[in-house]
Amino acid sequence: MTSPPSALSPQLSALSSQPSALSPQLSALSSQLSALSSQPSALSSQLSALSSQPSALSSQLSANMTVIRVEHLSKQYRLGLIGGGTLRADLERWWAMKRGGEDPLAKIGESEDKAKLGERFWALRDVSFEVKQGEVLGIIGRNGAGKSTLLKILSRVTSPTSGAVKMKGRVGSLLEVGTGFHGELTGRENTYLNGAILGMTRREVSRKLDEIIAFAEIEKFIDTPVKRYSSGMYVRLAFAVAAHLDPEILIVDEVLAVGDAAFQKKCLGKMGEVSREGRTVLFVSHNMASVRSLCGRVGLVHAGAWIGLMPVQEAIQRYVEFTRPTDDDPSNNGLATVSFTRNDRSDMSLIALRATASDGEPLRAMVPIAGEFRIEIDYVVNRANQNAYVTCGFVDGEGMYVWWRYDAETEIWGHRKRGVYRAQLRVPASFLRPGEYGLHPSIVDPMSSVLDNRGIAMTISVSHSNTLLERRGVTWPSVIMHEPGWETVELATE
Amino acid sequence: MPTPSLAQSPGPGADSSLPELGPDEGGWTTIIRAQRHLLDLNLGEVWRYRDLVFLFVWRDFVAAYKQYILGPAWHFIQPLTATILSTVVFSKIARLPTDDVPPVLFYMTGSLMWILFSNCLNGNASTFTGNAGLFGKVYFPRLVTPLANTISKLISFSIQLIVLMLFYLYFTLTGATVRPSAWLFTLPILAFIAMVMGVGTGIIISSLTTRYRDLTQLLGFLVALWMYSTPVVYPLSMVTGRLRSVMLWNPMTPVIETWRRGVLGVATCPPVQLWYSAAFAASVLFVGIILFKRVERDFMDTV
Repeated sequence: MTSPPSALSPQLSALSSQPSALSPQLSALSSQLSALSSQPSALSSQLSALSSQPSALSSQLSANMTVIRVEHLSKQYRLGLIGGGTLRADLERWWAMKRGGEDPLAKIGESEDKAKLGERFWALRDVSFEVKQGEVLGIIGRNGAGKSTLLKILSRVTSPTSGAVKMKGRVGSLLEVGTGFHGELTGRENTYLNGAILGMTRREVSRKLDEIIAFAEIEKFIDTPVKRYSSGMYVRLAFAVAAHLDPEILIVDEVLAVGDAAFQKKCLGKMGEVSREGRTVLFVSHNMASVRSLCGRVGLVHAGAWIGLMPVQEAIQRYVEFTRPTDDDPSNNGLATVSFTRNDRSDMSLIALRATASDGEPLRAMVPIAGEFRIEIDYVVNRANQNAYVTCGFVDGEGMYVWWRYDAETEIWGHRKRGVYRAQLRVPASFLRPGEYGLHPSIVDPMSSVLDNRGIAMTISVSHSNTLLERRGVTWPSVIMHEPGWETVELATE
Repeated sequence: MPTPSLAQSPGPGADSSLPELGPDEGGWTTIIRAQRHLLDLNLGEVWRYRDLVFLFVWRDFVAAYKQYILGPAWHFIQPLTATILSTVVFSKIARLPTDDVPPVLFYMTGSLMWILFSNCLNGNASTFTGNAGLFGKVYFPRLVTPLANTISKLISFSIQLIVLMLFYLYFTLTGATVRPSAWLFTLPILAFIAMVMGVGTGIIISSLTTRYRDLTQLLGFLVALWMYSTPVVYPLSMVTGRLRSVMLWNPMTPVIETWRRGVLGVATCPPVQLWYSAAFAASVLFVGIILFKRVERDFMDTV
């Protein structure tokens, strides 16, 4: 315990010098509080235990069969070849090499850490795990951790460099909703087409057509070309087709990030239902809330390595830890800055995320934050999109979104032109309880789609070193903390 | 707090949570491995996806009709414009001979077969680049795409044949000199050779365009060059000497010539040359499929 500053009142110093007198009370308080806060989760775990009973039954029936087995899976990419070359470039290169010159297309002054042509890197390295039938397995990891590579291999979109994946039963993978939809065709026609692309026969689609239409809630418009659908209807139909695929193994990417809240809920419900029928679900997401509500176990991927399968709570905690900027990270000099690779194929794309002090000076990673600080999000507008919001969420160590803001209150919203922008969000840190927060920036068009989503990109550490409780190492029991609270007047002296 | 540096090691405590793989129980229905044999076409799987082939073909037609003002007439317009243009430019202006056959019939016969070939070529040349969005998001046997594409082209070829028959009927009734021969019955074989050659060349190009994007720009030029070195808008009979022997190396020459021999009774290319065309088509398709299988494995990594 540090010695209290001299300015402290005698009472306080008296208090702190008699820790034994206070600490039993304090610890009693905190244990009561933590008991309080843990009750809802106890309830929800009971509920989930209840709802998982059928699946437990069915998995007993199938004698706990392993349905997915991933053996030492690795995937290597060759940098520099991504994006494809041109015949002309290759000919020029060949001609220059022949004459003994240097590669005319190598950029001058390209920094060392940039990819050299042909340099290889492992997107996934020696991943092994098994999934049992009826399990809902979540897969989380930072952007570029390798989870989408894993997903692509499992859905056979690309092939592994070494290792093997073995699966039992029909596999349905949903990396996107509405793959292959054709705008000129009607909803009914697209249902058949999309169903066939996902691996259904025409007869299967016919059998389930009514169910699909009912699920999508588009009875009236089923014979209208989908180019005239609202984006909500489009997504609903697309998901409905996929949801009725009836595969034994369902592999789902973050398709649930679209659509309105009610429909999202319905989709999550459908996925839960699928798993209770004894089917296996692999769910890859940035959305910790849905991972938490759906998944039993979670596989964590980081930097191409498989960290392991673990309970949801542990996985989310470690995931948030991984996003903390480290002092030895050369790209940001220990500052709380993350840059993203710009995606010019999207209407809007994130460029960078930064946490700064209220005076605009960049924060150092892991520096305690007191009072107000700022989040800066740099983004590029490639095509004006009237509806898009730039958003930032604050995710605590349990995967809960404690705070989320979108930029509709700024004047620029609704009429952004092409260009590069910087959005600033002032954060009154005083209302966040001490702890680590993952920052999750994204650009969302609520009418249709997610334009850019990089998951939790950075972690900052908020601490209020002036609170007595924290000094004593007590975890703050509530999610929200707001400084101005109590005011006490003496009503009567007795 | 130790900072996790996972490039080297999975971090502390991770080893305990890394599940040991249990014994392999067997009974797998899908096995994904790094190496697949290049000639393993997996036709059984393509057969399971036959409904998708059908729906792709159906989509090509329905979507095209909904998109274009002229709708179904589109199939007739392509050979008709080619015929009219050739008649005006090559017969009326350039006064090229047509072996005493009515120019309209002469050009229509030749361009029909050429259109089948070039449609198969062009239609499949963008298999990978044109379907990148689809291929990147969902798995189905990739061969379904060229297969469906080719079937669409064959259907439109059949429709165009009907147009040719109508013109043929009109010209014979008005007393034009056309002498159909028994070679007419080789039509399925000729169409098959033209189709295989087109598809083979097309998928070779589609596989190469995943590496060389600018090849797409060259494609139109290459197809035009190929057409003018094939006796489509002129009879082979007017080519003599060394040029003629060079032209006989063009594998499309015997196909077009034999087709004209059958329909119109005019041709100078020895029918034996068809064996060469057939062999060429088969090799092109073989190379095409090998390239296709090679590219399909990891083309998504380069897009």
